[in-house]
Amino acid sequence: MDAGRVTGVTDGFVLVAKRDCPTCVLVAPAVAEISRGSRPIAVYSQDDPAFPDGLPGVRDDRTLEASFRLKIETVPTLIRVEGGREVGRLVGWERNEWRAFTGLNALGEDLPEWRPGCGSKSVEPGVPDELELRYGDVSFQARTIEVAEGDDEVEAMYSRGWSDGLPLVPPTKLRVHRMLKGTTRDPKEVLGLLPPDLRPITVEKVAINAVMAGCAPEYLPVVLAAVEAALMEPFALHGVLATTMFCGPIAIVNGPIARRIGMNARGNALGQGNRANATIGRALQLCVRNVGGGRPQGVDRSTLGQPGKLGFCFAEDEEGSAWSSLAEDRGFTRDANTVTLFAGDSPHGIVDQQSRTPESLARSFALSLRSVNHWKLAQAADAILVVCPEHERTFKAAGWDKARLRAELDGLLKLPAAEIVRGAGGIAEGVPAAALAERDHVPKFRPGGLLIVRAGGGAGMFSAVIAGWAAAGSVGSSPVTCAIRD
Amino acid sequence: MQLLDPTAETEPVRRTRRAPPEKIAGLRVGLLDISKPRGNIFLDRIESRLAAEGVAVTRYRKPTFTRPAPAELAHKIASEVDLVIEGLAD
Repeated sequence: MDAGRVTGVTDGFVLVAKRDCPTCVLVAPAVAEISRGSRPIAVYSQDDPAFPDGLPGVRDDRTLEASFRLKIETVPTLIRVEGGREVGRLVGWERNEWRAFTGLNALGEDLPEWRPGCGSKSVEPGVPDELELRYGDVSFQARTIEVAEGDDEVEAMYSRGWSDGLPLVPPTKLRVHRMLKGTTRDPKEVLGLLPPDLRPITVEKVAINAVMAGCAPEYLPVVLAAVEAALMEPFALHGVLATTMFCGPIAIVNGPIARRIGMNARGNALGQGNRANATIGRALQLCVRNVGGGRPQGVDRSTLGQPGKLGFCFAEDEEGSAWSSLAEDRGFTRDANTVTLFAGDSPHGIVDQQSRTPESLARSFALSLRSVNHWKLAQAADAILVVCPEHERTFKAAGWDKARLRAELDGLLKLPAAEIVRGAGGIAEGVPAAALAERDHVPKFRPGGLLIVRAGGGAGMFSAVIAGWAAAGSVGSSPVTCAIRD
Repeated sequence: MQLLDPTAETEPVRRTRRAPPEKIAGLRVGLLDISKPRGNIFLDRIESRLAAEGVAVTRYRKPTFTRPAPAELAHKIASEVDLVIEGLAD
């Protein structure tokens, strides 16, 4: 905005200063000298309208509105206005510059030649965001919900049904504005229609839910990618939500962004204690709840559910891994930032502290993987095998890459038809005889149905199986991967 | 305090349900199998019961219970019958 329109000065000078700045105090006599000259000077004081002492007509800018509109970063700032427009500005004190700028050749004779300025109060940490909200052109599409004075805002959010059971961070305009700075995307952009109610979900709605989940703004691109992944047709979010089985969306983050935002891929990677891990998955689930309308005992028909439905997100430990990353396995480059979404259950631990050969360890893994859904079921679900560093080391030492391990597991996971047919072992559950179709053996997993990820702390021979929804592939859900955009 | 609404802001106005028909005779009836196991057995029984009453039915089938019906199928049902009976569980 033009300096003239902000200040009302058509021809003359504008000075922005604060008492808290030693350079501003130092130049006060020079300012008084300018004010005695032929051209008018409008002086704005950011912290004390009585400063500079004895100068009449100082304008009170404790709201910082003028400082914001004039884009002041340093005080003192001296602006020259001609014909209502800014034609130049000086920051700090440099005697010769000030003399040339004002045409006053004896200005500040008793002052030192040079002093740097101080930071403007309008750019102190957190302040620009508030000023943008108050005086900038920030607007929101979402409607505003008033919480009456004296009401507890956390209780108000519970009573409106916005919460997954845990407390939420109140989505004030300031917090949502800050959250939206985490992305360059237009807040009005519609990502798609979110099941189950098929409501349009915008970048802004994602940001509101990310605030509530406890996300930091730098996580927003990951949350947006997770929502975009959930909207991909093969993921079948409607079914993932509506099923009576256990599953929820599990997000695995690959690429440099995981380290940049401080995600945990090491000790306790699948557990609590890391803000990014804990809140990114939660933000996705809050979107499903609040925008999609999917709630337990509503469209979410899960019989038992699982604790990861509060939010289940972790990063792959790519550093120091001898293996290709999950993102590479899924067709992305190693430096790409991606979110892979998997409809899965809680992790199930594999304790193997004795195997020192890849063959022995692969057999251990296969035994545990066989338990996915049910020992007698096959081809129903996909699964994630989370391999810990101490287990990966054994494969690495033997020169086994991921593909070698997967091929070995495929061989070990051909289940004998006689063991898994319905009724075998005195157990009614199992694969229907018709589905076995005269085969002697049936693969436990469909082709490509086993994802292998490396994560976990450096000590402990404990990997994990994450079982998928027993409706994998075109009948239900397939894993999906979405690139993260800034 | 002012909060931004995290929901889809669906209208608060309550919509009333359509009243069920007084009798089925004379109406075009659809039976929708959502592809859940044994849904067809339930619907076969409903079909024979309706046939005994002289009501003819049209059978429909969703490709999978895990997704909403494809728009094409929903439009087909809406244009061909007056009411739909579906089996929702195993």
